[in-house]
Amino acid sequence: MSISCATGKRTVSDPEVGLPSATGIWDSAHWAEREVFDQYGIRFNGHPDLRRILNHWQFQGHPLRKDYPIRNGQVCLETDSMEKEIRARLHVKGYDDDTISDINTEIMFLNLGPSHPATHGAIRILTALDGETILANVNEIGYLHRGFEKTAETLTYNQVIPLTDRLNYCSALMNNIAYVKAIEKWLGIEVTDRTQFMRVILSEFFRVQDHLVCIAANLVDMGGLTNYWYLYNEKEASYDFISRLTGARLTSTFTRIGGMYRDFHEGWEAELETQIQAIERGVSDSLKLILKNRIVHDRTQGVCILPKDVALAYGYTGPCLRASGVPFDLRKDAPYYHYDLFDFEVPIGSVGDIYDRIMIRFEEIFQSISIIRQAMKMIPDGPIFVDNPLVVLPPKDKVYNNIEGLANHFKLIFEGVHVPAGEWYDSFEAANGELGFYCVSDGSGRPYKIKVRPPCFYIMGGFHEMVEGAMVADAVINLGSLNIIGGELDR
Amino acid sequence: MALGLEAQLGDSVFTTRLDEAINWGRQYSLWPMVFGTACCAIEFMSTAASQHDISRYGAEVVRFSPRQADLILVCGTISYKQAPILKRIYEQMPEPKWVISMGACASSGGMYENYCTVQGIDTIIPVDVYISGCPPRPEAVLDALMKIQEQIKGETLLKDRHKDFRGILD
Repeated sequence: MSISCATGKRTVSDPEVGLPSATGIWDSAHWAEREVFDQYGIRFNGHPDLRRILNHWQFQGHPLRKDYPIRNGQVCLETDSMEKEIRARLHVKGYDDDTISDINTEIMFLNLGPSHPATHGAIRILTALDGETILANVNEIGYLHRGFEKTAETLTYNQVIPLTDRLNYCSALMNNIAYVKAIEKWLGIEVTDRTQFMRVILSEFFRVQDHLVCIAANLVDMGGLTNYWYLYNEKEASYDFISRLTGARLTSTFTRIGGMYRDFHEGWEAELETQIQAIERGVSDSLKLILKNRIVHDRTQGVCILPKDVALAYGYTGPCLRASGVPFDLRKDAPYYHYDLFDFEVPIGSVGDIYDRIMIRFEEIFQSISIIRQAMKMIPDGPIFVDNPLVVLPPKDKVYNNIEGLANHFKLIFEGVHVPAGEWYDSFEAANGELGFYCVSDGSGRPYKIKVRPPCFYIMGGFHEMVEGAMVADAVINLGSLNIIGGELDR
Repeated sequence: MALGLEAQLGDSVFTTRLDEAINWGRQYSLWPMVFGTACCAIEFMSTAASQHDISRYGAEVVRFSPRQADLILVCGTISYKQAPILKRIYEQMPEPKWVISMGACASSGGMYENYCTVQGIDTIIPVDVYISGCPPRPEAVLDALMKIQEQIKGETLLKDRHKDFRGILD
């Protein structure tokens, strides 16, 4: 099955007049258009609920417009009640005002979050309850909106890499790779073979890390604390390898445009092998606890089902989409970095419930480990940087000993890598799904615009479809199974 | 040599100042409320997990209800949208309460000097200990915890803390 992506571009003559809304065609447009409205002030006619999404409701102006000063912070004095939105959603679900206020059928409103252990970050899940059953649900995000896109415009292309660490901070290195891959695509650079294999090994290793945290936290939500120790201890142990390699535990900033920060250290193969064996052991121990566990089955099987068509309509990608039975994986469908050479399976779910989402992550851990082992056998020797002085910093002995090297270094640091003018999109199969960067360059060393397409944003946009009709407790573990990471959700 | 009443009691009864006894209890049974918003929360998870084991300091009873906690760890970036929530959570905590600002973002806005990020949570709530780092290592969190314990040692029941604090939301 192949899915083709059509990119369309529309120009807006007057933001107040705006554009027709696409919400009638794609459900994912609900949140996407709200984001454009919030950040740029472009109106979408026919959007049922066009209001701010990332910035708070008292915010004035539209921050991603070039005339908005980046440091112009605006204080939010109180949180939006969202009463109007939840009532509107109840009406959509067929509950009229009489049912809502009648003493016999009175509906209770309950907030999960923004500060709640189950939200694993800051998301606000507002539910309308009949007993413990969720009748309607609306969600508010943006609590961790840190202005990635506006900040990136003030930095050179290489300086943006540390910001990408903090998108999905459970798998920071994957974001680094996805970002430089996007920039290199437009520069027309093919990185060296060794770097390509390094990037494969490290992305798969971080995919494993990401899934470990997701499953560990999800099982804690379900009450299985032992799993947390089994899974998280292995993640903790792999920090030894990661910090030896990158110098940091969590925020690695390990890639550069045209290569990697540095090569693997001596003896990395043995270390990595020890780590992945430990992970296999930890994951197998955890699987022993849950595979035949009646409580886990009862709580997850057939709960919060997401049908295939709904998942596609909301723009789901990654493990959550595959759990619903759509075999879409960019590593197979649009292979990069020699992914076509590796022998691996893309696990697919049959039901699309919480169980599938958890089990797919378990299986992906084993598949990723298999890719790592294959790549470790295949990785060639050679340079890690491309030979291109317009992109890559000269070696230090040239910088200190000759004027050309010094000038080259100076220009690259101060002006950044000059990227040809134009706009382009590039995507990458990150741990949570398709992580894309849509960039606009004016030919200078700093991006004119960078738009991140985070997998979580669209996944969270369809959350209500899964939990309406389910119980409050199901919503908690469903959120865990989606692995919503605030950093990339809100950017 | 014991004097006064203590001399009369001999070895059978141990006397101390009320402050000291209570502070001793407070120091070694801090119940943290983890206000985790971003990357730092992942490092807090490491602090709580087996290797660094925060329970060695008596602070493993992590409460997500502010009403049951006396130490709030602000782990991560606080945006202006988040600020009123942080303030509300802090106000819901019963006295006495202590605040650790974990990481560059919480302490100063960090690398996010922009329109949506609060430039340090001490503009909203009073902070007792700041931790540097982006994110700080678990050892640094434990160090901050020990600094809080040290601070508690010198406190007295007779004096209210931070009553005169005024932030941007007050």
